[in-house]
Amino acid sequence: MNELPETAGNRLDPWFGSYAARAHGMRASEIRALFSVANRPEVVSLAGGMPYLEGLPLDVIAETMQRLIITKGTTALQYGSGQGEESLREHITQVVALEGVSAHPDDVVVTTGSQSALDLVTRIFVDPGDVVIAEAPSYVGALGVFRSYQADVVQVPLDTDGLVPAELDAALTRLAAAGRRVKFVYTVPTFQNPAGVSLSAERRPQVLEICRRHGVLVVEDNPYGLLGFDEEPMPALRSYDTDGVLYLGSFSKTFAPGYRVGFVIAPHAVRDKLVLASESAVLSPSNASQLAVATYLETCDWKAQIKAYRELYRERRDALVGALGEHLPSASWNVPKGGFFVWVRLPDGLDARAMLPRAVTARVAYVPGTAFYYDGSGSDHMRLSFCFPTPERIREGVRRLAGVVNGESELVQIFGTSAQPDPDTDDVEGPAPDLA
Amino acid sequence: MPSSASTPSAPTSPDAPAGSPAVPPLPDAAGRTPLVAVLAGGLSHERDVSLRSGRRVAEALRSTGLEVVLHDVDADLLTFLRETGPDVVWPLLHGASGEDGSVRDVLDMVGLPYVGSGPRASRVVWNKPISKAALLDAGLATPDYVTLPQSLFRDLGAQPVLDTIVRHLGLPLVVKPTEGGSALGVTIVSRAEDLPRAMVECFAYGETALIERAITGVELAISVIDGPRGPEALPAVEIVADGGYDYAARYVAGETEFFAPARLTADQAAQVSDAAVRAHEALHLRHLSRTDLILDASGTAHILEVNVAPGMTEMSLLPQAVAASGRDLAPLYRTIVDTALARAR
Repeated sequence: MNELPETAGNRLDPWFGSYAARAHGMRASEIRALFSVANRPEVVSLAGGMPYLEGLPLDVIAETMQRLIITKGTTALQYGSGQGEESLREHITQVVALEGVSAHPDDVVVTTGSQSALDLVTRIFVDPGDVVIAEAPSYVGALGVFRSYQADVVQVPLDTDGLVPAELDAALTRLAAAGRRVKFVYTVPTFQNPAGVSLSAERRPQVLEICRRHGVLVVEDNPYGLLGFDEEPMPALRSYDTDGVLYLGSFSKTFAPGYRVGFVIAPHAVRDKLVLASESAVLSPSNASQLAVATYLETCDWKAQIKAYRELYRERRDALVGALGEHLPSASWNVPKGGFFVWVRLPDGLDARAMLPRAVTARVAYVPGTAFYYDGSGSDHMRLSFCFPTPERIREGVRRLAGVVNGESELVQIFGTSAQPDPDTDDVEGPAPDLA
Repeated sequence: MPSSASTPSAPTSPDAPAGSPAVPPLPDAAGRTPLVAVLAGGLSHERDVSLRSGRRVAEALRSTGLEVVLHDVDADLLTFLRETGPDVVWPLLHGASGEDGSVRDVLDMVGLPYVGSGPRASRVVWNKPISKAALLDAGLATPDYVTLPQSLFRDLGAQPVLDTIVRHLGLPLVVKPTEGGSALGVTIVSRAEDLPRAMVECFAYGETALIERAITGVELAISVIDGPRGPEALPAVEIVADGGYDYAARYVAGETEFFAPARLTADQAAQVSDAAVRAHEALHLRHLSRTDLILDASGTAHILEVNVAPGMTEMSLLPQAVAASGRDLAPLYRTIVDTALARAR
């Protein structure tokens, strides 16, 4: 009567014991769950990196796409080549020429967004335990890719002029002395995500020289390069060095992320491996998307559209920075000259991750700095995006955020400490793709 | 407008095994198939969990032949209810407004029957200290606790108050917001020096903290369903979470090992079932509830909290208890809806 029943335990996942080690970190946290509220219209989301697509001439694009299917439907809806549609690759060489990159269509591999490019590059270069160097902080989506290939990520500080060359040199020297194998340096040199800074013109050749001297490849991720507010585009790193730099580009920020069209420009040997890797991953990137982007570039004034975006985002940047000055003078931040993001350092003692629930209650969202560090540090920072909300909503969002910061400051003052550090840095702390 | 339309045929729910006959619809007086509005989402911290629960329940109810609309609650709720005209509502909102009784108050005011407890009972259960007091009044055990607002620490100074708490309750302690679920803002504190951090984390979710003595023992969840002969406890589900039953342990498959039914003797099983049913009755709960408790080595069942809107996700405890009882989810959910409808008629 009082014997224990023989009940088998159940983990609600019959394949729990079968996952690869690289899947260990693929688990969502409560922070990620909180972001599900951020998409609600009642919440001012300063979290998302979504471009403001209402700025596009959607009627013109609709006509263009209809014509595309009528005239090239059987090609658009068919499989394509692993390297990508040739007409698009030709257009890509013209786009990157604006940043001084001289490329032949044969050098280009079209990918499913530049995220896929990053995945393919990591796939062909990184073995488990290899070192990848990234900026501190670095793009959350890149850290996720590196983690999934079991890379050991070493983050090197950046300042207002971008990656610090002396720190990079020291890190590479230290790693070499320790016998560690560094496969590449990953950098977003222009209007960096999340820090908003750009690698200065003086530092660009310095960084390349350091990497060349250490025999390390540079992976230049450049989705925001054409979205500068005040100046002509800076020369891409690839414009200095065609052998030592892989250039990752994207139409997600300058046109529309829904097509998922990105690309890599690579030396021919690397290119060949990327094409084979792409074929094994996706057979071919979407022909329909590629032809849509190619048609857009052919028939629409895409340079005028980029100019319109630059003006729109500059106004929003100004709204964000102005509101921060008015409502959050106790914090500090950079004033980005392009891109989508402002990197805010909170008043001493505050923890952006711990504060997020309070922010959600106040109906404002941001991305805590911890998402951009491999080791879970960065809690004293938050990333604010100005790309999607209108200037009025941005001002309202910062007003709400100021209330959140003040409330948290009082709490920290009462208890003389911030919240518990997160014990598991492997959790997916960043937002879903539509917010990255 | 409804966010999704119903598909009255095709029992596609994974909760309804292939071949199990759909329960025929219970038509109203006009012979119309009842329309159920499942409310989920909203703006609480548990929005994600609520949406998952809502989708699962809606899917299961459709497989029984009911018309179902799933609605993400927003400022248009009353317009949605007026335009859609459901026969019955299933509020699956977790967190504030969903579980604190306020949406149920609104449903009462507009005269719509709903699944689950009424607003007054929900309000009592939503506030953990108030529900703990009610449980103690009913002779049920719950861990010793204190309830303190943030303002008290400001007014009296944090450290003297924290020192007093440790002296009074000892260690380890559990710090949690007085309102809320899914273990959000909850920390188990083994060292006094970690208490301030736990308080800060807790107050990020609410203005008042419940600090209770941590109990060691078997962690159990007992779901209670109102049946024809009164409240009936489903088999207890035992939770074995290596790093504590936190948010990830609750909602990431594989993180936690569950035993359903729990590894209890018949006497222990009867004891915890009795505690859950008594809690359900003492708190005047209706249709369904879930009681979370810890059975310690001395055989005392310490009730941690009671839920009026238990999670219904793939990972949740009530669906596991239903499976352990040998029943199918969809017909059971259907019975709950029919009970709510019958009460309204």
